[in-house]
Amino acid sequence: MNLRRDVFQALADPTRRAILLLVAAQSMTAGAIASNFDTARPTVSKHLQILTECELLKQEINGREIFYHMNAKKMKEVADFIEPFRKMWEERFNKLETIMKKYKPASARGTKNK
Amino acid sequence: MEQKTKINAEDGRQELRITREFDLPLDLLFKAFAEAEIVEQWMGTKVLKLENKKHGSYEFVTTDPKGHKHGFNGTIHEFIPEKKITRTFEMENTPFGVQLEFLEFEKVSEDTSRLNMHIVYRSPELRDQVLKLPFAQGINMAHNRIQDILGKLKKS
Repeated sequence: MNLRRDVFQALADPTRRAILLLVAAQSMTAGAIASNFDTARPTVSKHLQILTECELLKQEINGREIFYHMNAKKMKEVADFIEPFRKMWEERFNKLETIMKKYKPASARGTKNK
Repeated sequence: MEQKTKINAEDGRQELRITREFDLPLDLLFKAFAEAEIVEQWMGTKVLKLENKKHGSYEFVTTDPKGHKHGFNGTIHEFIPEKKITRTFEMENTPFGVQLEFLEFEKVSEDTSRLNMHIVYRSPELRDQVLKLPFAQGINMAHNRIQDILGKLKKS
């Protein structure tokens, strides 16, 4: 799995969180976002790419410019702290289902007349 | 994508419910909870003991990726095949204490079944702490930061 696309990994970085805070107020172009940071423009672009890949940011094309805005739906989804707990059970239960679909009890083999 | 596993955890309550429908007949679903070798596979744990009877007990031990061992144990209060398991559950060496679990198994059709898990914690605070565990383990508590960002989002 590409760790870069992991939403929590994306949020672990302070610059990326700062970008989200900026964009939360209004949609901005990459240039406008970069002008708020001392870091090099390509570094900011990389952060924008990561944030877009994990759907925290959305791109909106307006004429020749690309505006970035926050995907509030995704943010709320991530903020829901029950979700990882739910996922943990979902994964366990999916596994259970897969295992049991293949399950053939040793005692039943050849003993049951069906 | 459809979410098969549903969690109902109301704010301020000390309990939660997990429901899941399985593409399995009831007997196979129940077997997955009753047979140690199968529990080991889907829970990703080692089963040291599993006594499926009233006054019986169970003991699991899980080794995390760093090689640390985590023990889990509980007592079985009710064991009604293909119907119900009532048990306690405790994570050893944690401050969370014991929780009470009611597992109910239902037939939906010949090939499908449902599990209802009702879990009761000692307090709402403990419930929320346990709920946050999988979150806290993986992600450096990013949750707080997201809440900060969301808070600012609401103000703007």
